Amino acid sequence: MSATIEQSQNAKVEFVTLVAGGQSFCIEITQIREIRRWSPVTTLPHSPRHVLGVINLRGAVIPIIDLAAKLGFDVIIPTERHVIIITAIEQRIVGLLVESVSEILGVGKDIIKETPTSPEDITSKAVTGIIPGDEDMTKIINLKALMPTESSVAL
Amino acid sequence: MITDRAILDAFFEECDDLLAALADGLSNMRAGQTDNETVNAVFRAVHSIKGAAGAFSMDELVEFAHSFETVLDDLRAAKLSADETLLRVLQRAGDVLSDLVDDAREDRPADRARVDPVLSELQGFLAAEPAAEDEFVFEALSLDLGNPDASTEFLVTFKPLDAFYATGNDPLLILRALGELGSITVTCDTGALPNNSDALEVEHGYLSWSVQVSDQLNDLRIREVFEFLDDLCAFQIDAFSSDDHQVPIETGALNDIALADFSANETADLLSKNPLSAPLQKQERTTKINATTLRVDPERVDRLINAVGELIINQSVISQRIQEAALPSSSDLFSHLDDYKLLAREIQEGVMAIRAQPVKPLFQRMLRIAREAADATGKAVEVITEGEATEVDKIVVERLADPLTHMIRNAIDHGIEGPQDREKAGKPKAGMLKLRARQSSGSIVIQIIDDGAGLNRPKIRELAVEKGLIQPDTVLQDAEIDHLLFAPEFSTASEVTNLSGRGVGMDVVKTAITELGGKIAISSVTGEGTTFSITLPLTLAVMDGMVINVDGQTMVVPIASILETIRPKIKDLAKIGLNNDLLHIRGEYVPIVDLADRLGGKKQSRALTDRVLLLIQTESVAQCALAVDEIFDQRQVVVKSIIGNYGAIPGISGATILGDGKIALIVDPDSISATTQPDVLLRRVTNEEPTYVSHN
Amino acid sequence: MHILAIDDSRTIRSLLKMALEKAGFTVTTAVDGVEGVDKFKQMQADLVITDVNMPNKDGFGVIADIRNSTENRAVPVLVLTTENGTALKERARLAGATGWIVKPFDDVALVAVIKRLTGS
Repeated sequence: MSATIEQSQNAKVEFVTLVAGGQSFCIEITQIREIRRWSPVTTLPHSPRHVLGVINLRGAVIPIIDLAAKLGFDVIIPTERHVIIITAIEQRIVGLLVESVSEILGVGKDIIKETPTSPEDITSKAVTGIIPGDEDMTKIINLKALMPTESSVAL
Repeated sequence: MITDRAILDAFFEECDDLLAALADGLSNMRAGQTDNETVNAVFRAVHSIKGAAGAFSMDELVEFAHSFETVLDDLRAAKLSADETLLRVLQRAGDVLSDLVDDAREDRPADRARVDPVLSELQGFLAAEPAAEDEFVFEALSLDLGNPDASTEFLVTFKPLDAFYATGNDPLLILRALGELGSITVTCDTGALPNNSDALEVEHGYLSWSVQVSDQLNDLRIREVFEFLDDLCAFQIDAFSSDDHQVPIETGALNDIALADFSANETADLLSKNPLSAPLQKQERTTKINATTLRVDPERVDRLINAVGELIINQSVISQRIQEAALPSSSDLFSHLDDYKLLAREIQEGVMAIRAQPVKPLFQRMLRIAREAADATGKAVEVITEGEATEVDKIVVERLADPLTHMIRNAIDHGIEGPQDREKAGKPKAGMLKLRARQSSGSIVIQIIDDGAGLNRPKIRELAVEKGLIQPDTVLQDAEIDHLLFAPEFSTASEVTNLSGRGVGMDVVKTAITELGGKIAISSVTGEGTTFSITLPLTLAVMDGMVINVDGQTMVVPIASILETIRPKIKDLAKIGLNNDLLHIRGEYVPIVDLADRLGGKKQSRALTDRVLLLIQTESVAQCALAVDEIFDQRQVVVKSIIGNYGAIPGISGATILGDGKIALIVDPDSISATTQPDVLLRRVTNEEPTYVSHN
Repeated sequence: MHILAIDDSRTIRSLLKMALEKAGFTVTTAVDGVEGVDKFKQMQADLVITDVNMPNKDGFGVIADIRNSTENRAVPVLVLTTENGTALKERARLAGATGWIVKPFDDVALVAVIKRLTGS
């Protein structure tokens, strides 16, 4: 029994690391459905600046959000080199526009540190953990904190 | 206690069906149909619920159902008469039973305050408590053990009567059972057999047996063996005293006993065809043919509907490509294409029909809500339903329940007056509440109509000013005041009663309806009543739309809303002030709304005469004309919801995917035309002279 | 050993099937008296269990039909009922039932009775 307990404490969590607004972030892989190249969107009327529009994903209409803009950075002007990460949060499917995606990172749970709490700005609110790295620390984005899950609340 | 989840779920499903049948039967009874068949149907529904619930030890449910069932039993036995009082109690009992099932489903205790009054009313109808019947259960009797070691010898003699064999009993099995109690010695008395086999009557029991049995306890277990057989055979158990054998047969294993050639089955086979005694056979008229139904996993249906949606898009893509290929029009490809289109449509309709359900169960629930509301407020209300057979998609039925509940409670709480006030107003004492469903050219319309006092417009206006929704001096039409009810700030917090609960407002209702792709409108006449009309798309998935171009973007407008498309000439146009354009059509002036502008795009500089106007008729507002850049064609589009993933967008009701894979947003004419700028509305025309201006 | 169980309640049918199959019997079910009699005629039942109150044909009707049929008319028939009264027992007996069980039934007791009646 003790062997299994030890194991769960050291269990690995997998993340996809990405760059948005010039900084490194990562998202837990279980929330990611797929990763695509940027493709043109259809704009939505009266949409806030971080909402780019919607795309057709195999028959479903999916909204695309500029992650950098949502986090308070400058908007990204998307090109073919940019990447869209399709995420699923409970019943909501949303695409995140990011600058690039780096790798899949598997870390033990014990490596993950919590952020010092002072959620002043949007970025801090959305980042709920840190993975220390050699050069830079990778901030873990909590999608649920970033975006509301009820459909009656706008993105 | 059964805990198998699947069986429990099946039980609750069954209860739902039975409760529906119960509600049907009770309402038939209240309508005067109290024939045996109807009462029986009601009885059976309660009986079945009770029977099955017992297996899960749902004691509160069983206890209530038992009294309910007994009253119904007395009714069908004509021991009670179906008068108004009884019928009312039965109705309430039906409601309580339904509540108890829900309590069991949620695994919570019943609300005794609701159950007990009805329970005592039911019991009031029953005669004196029935004499306690002997409990006949299969349980080992607890015995007073005298001396556990001593065993007593018993002599059992039994002679099966004719009826013994006829009811499927087999002496061999009796003997075996006795043999299980201990070692036995069996003697068969064949003395009664006639010597002449011709005289043998095959249905007669000739044989008898004497069995010597030793039992450790007493004769109770022996008696148990003869449990059912009281008058099917003559048997006697004596403590063994003397050797009282008749014709000794070898003792030992039962299998060795020769039972002559007559095994019970053979004997039975030879029985004549005369029935024993006239069993009470009930000839029941089948008034209802049990429709055969198929239970299908809803997810499968959803997947099927999605696939059909894709099929239609695909068909539309193919159409487009073929158009572009510019084949000679004589090519028979076109007729094949038409066939394909028709087939796709047929499949789509068929699949949607699978999910379609009549609104009847929903309306029945609402009837009950209305009844309770009327009781709670002490008002007399007559509730009528119309169009119960109208079919609606299953999801719609589910999502309408809460909005309808809210509106009904409001209508009864605030709309319908108390009996005295009604009398003073010259209305019948009982208020009327009507629930109506009908199909109307591609939509489902559900209405809640009451003949109460109508909306209190001065009060609404006052509250709106209070909440800063309008300026104190803003002039509003009645319809506009009514529409204020849908504003989020407008929950009736100041008018909370027990019934309406926590100021849940009409805005929640509106959101629910919008999420279904529908619209809601109010119409009210002071002193006469209020009508809420909910319009829902008939098929959630597919819609006939007109593809248009607005500011470079392709969009779709529902055909159902378009009255006419117009390419205006100068003479058809008018202006009020600098910015408000009007269309002069058939003697009326209709405001022109620039769609691009409304959707947050650029206001178009192109002249109106270069554009197309779509004359729109909506449920909530009068006509208006949408100015768009171009119109393309009409086609069937599959509606994709964006609310789930994104949220509500004012002016937009959904999106669709065009043949080329691009997304086109679907315009919601209703919210586009509704405007918070009263000065664009038509009535301004009557106050000002229109000026004819040549286009800029 | 093949048992025919007739009851208009889906739940009861499931419960019976579960209990009896666990004890090693083969169970065929029917949803009302009419289907019950039909199935009875098509099979070789070693025992029949029937509810009393059912639409289209009730338990007594079923027993009458069984007892009047050409084949297997002496099959043991158990009546399944929620009522306990002697009145019902009398009717059951008159109709030709071999015995009765009261709902809610105890699995173990039911199986014991059935084993006894079918000699298994």
